[in-house]
Amino acid sequence: MSESPSDLPVTDRDGAGGVSDSSHVGDAFESVITTRDLSVFYGSYQAVRDVDMEFGKNRITAMIGPSGCGKSTVLRCFNRMNDLIPGARVEGTITYHGQDIYAPDVDTIEVRRRVGMVFQKPNPFPKSIYDNIAYGPRVNGWKVDSMDDVVEEALTRAALWDEVKDKLKESALALSGGQQQRLCIARCIAVQPDIILMDEPCASLDPIATSKIEDLMRELASDYTIIIVTHNMQQAARVSDRTGFFTADVDDKGERHGRLVEMDWTKKIFTNPSDPRTEGYISGRFG
Amino acid sequence: MTITAPPPKSPTSSDAPLLKTTGEPLRERAFKWMLWFCLAVGLVTLVVLLTYVFIKGWSRLDSRLITDMPSSVLPETAGAQSAITGTLWLMVFTAIWSLPVGIMAAIYLEEYGDPTRWYNRVIEINLLNLAAVPSIVFGILGLAFISRGMGFGPTVLTGSLTLALLVLPVVVIASREAIRAVPQSIRAGSLALGATRWQTIYRQVLPAAVPGISTGAILALSRAIGEAAPLLMLGVSFVRFNPDGLMSSFTALPVQIYSWTTEARPEYADLAAAASVVLLVILLAMNSVAIYIRNKTQKRW
Repeated sequence: MSESPSDLPVTDRDGAGGVSDSSHVGDAFESVITTRDLSVFYGSYQAVRDVDMEFGKNRITAMIGPSGCGKSTVLRCFNRMNDLIPGARVEGTITYHGQDIYAPDVDTIEVRRRVGMVFQKPNPFPKSIYDNIAYGPRVNGWKVDSMDDVVEEALTRAALWDEVKDKLKESALALSGGQQQRLCIARCIAVQPDIILMDEPCASLDPIATSKIEDLMRELASDYTIIIVTHNMQQAARVSDRTGFFTADVDDKGERHGRLVEMDWTKKIFTNPSDPRTEGYISGRFG
Repeated sequence: MTITAPPPKSPTSSDAPLLKTTGEPLRERAFKWMLWFCLAVGLVTLVVLLTYVFIKGWSRLDSRLITDMPSSVLPETAGAQSAITGTLWLMVFTAIWSLPVGIMAAIYLEEYGDPTRWYNRVIEINLLNLAAVPSIVFGILGLAFISRGMGFGPTVLTGSLTLALLVLPVVVIASREAIRAVPQSIRAGSLALGATRWQTIYRQVLPAAVPGISTGAILALSRAIGEAAPLLMLGVSFVRFNPDGLMSSFTALPVQIYSWTTEARPEYADLAAAASVVLLVILLAMNSVAIYIRNKTQKRW
């Protein structure tokens, strides 16, 4: 099945159709997370306004843009981590497989289990490597036949097993930064999420560790839907299938409000963006 | 094109000005000495005090202190056994009353209480004020409400409840500090894996905060057992038996020391000094444990 422009998800400003990423030609686009008129407030301050996005199944979607444009804020809505910030409020809708995740009767815990998250700074628990992985299954009360198998599988999938298989009982804090971040990915995989959110996962890593994480992301994309926020445009270009570009408008009171400028196939965003602001950012003229 | 700028002066060239050889400026040295002096005032006082108490009490620092009961008639056969056991009873029950409540209160304030709500701010301000209330005031409270109001009398129960109220704000404040020191990223990591709030607190926050909480708790308790004023207010005095339950009357080391110092005969002054050494040893031991726990379990994130 070939992909025609009409199969592409429609974003608010993009009527031009897209150039699909060559690696995914022929794949149908099935939206796992969809936002409509999403606005996020911190108290009375509107951090992000009217974001309409779609995130395709088994795709890597990157969110790029200058600092303070609300990318991370939007990302944290998808597993309701913003709930933890006093005064944070979400307007509009976010649906997960068609279900509103902000509906009053939705179990936040369930959302967070299905939508895993990897943070900017690796945050392993001050426990052993084994216990870090086993933590998720344990807190979710799963009866697993063999926790050892769960741990091994998660670490293998995160490309960390060979490096740590002989020191599973040692503290996770003794690992290097890149290993810690892969451990956090493994920890996330161990609860079998559907979506993995990554908030600048390589921001504190060196280039070699970064490239390992990027390879891992490409591998994981066959089973998971990945949404990544990154400041590194080359990273977005290298790993993502689709890219959303955010920017911030400054209103007359001097407050910054983040918004989505355009969202399209990564190749198109980086070669032939529809909006001049995207082009300006990509080519380094601002931001 | 020719280079017109003069070549940079080499620092080793002979016409460079010599470095000043006056050393550290006088003002700097003077300030440092002043700081040393201030520190010395505190330390010297403490050392003199300890030495004095030790020398004064030396003649009575023997097994009689531990094996014998106090006496106001025969100083040579008097010991401090009932006071030592009373202090230990007090310490244990003060801990039992104040620690769970204090730690739970700290968990609420740090993990659940929304600091933007007025009632949480009121609680916070009250807590800080309570920590600064003189202990004698807690003694009056204990006398009025616990001893007389509830009719418990001058018992271990009344004493430990009063001291628990006294140290509660300190326990809460210390526990809050310890809980706050646990990085937010650990909570976020746990919650993002589908852990509930309580699971996150119980499995991540509290274990990481235990060192800080226990140091704070030990320091609070050592403050409690050093207190004489609230106990005197409660009417705790001289008894010649060890406590045998919560409703038993008792005496405690600070009270015993105080009552010996009011005796006219000089032997009692020696006895008071010896009992002070015992109290100091208990306090220093507790503080050492606190320091040990802190150093042993210090976390690097």
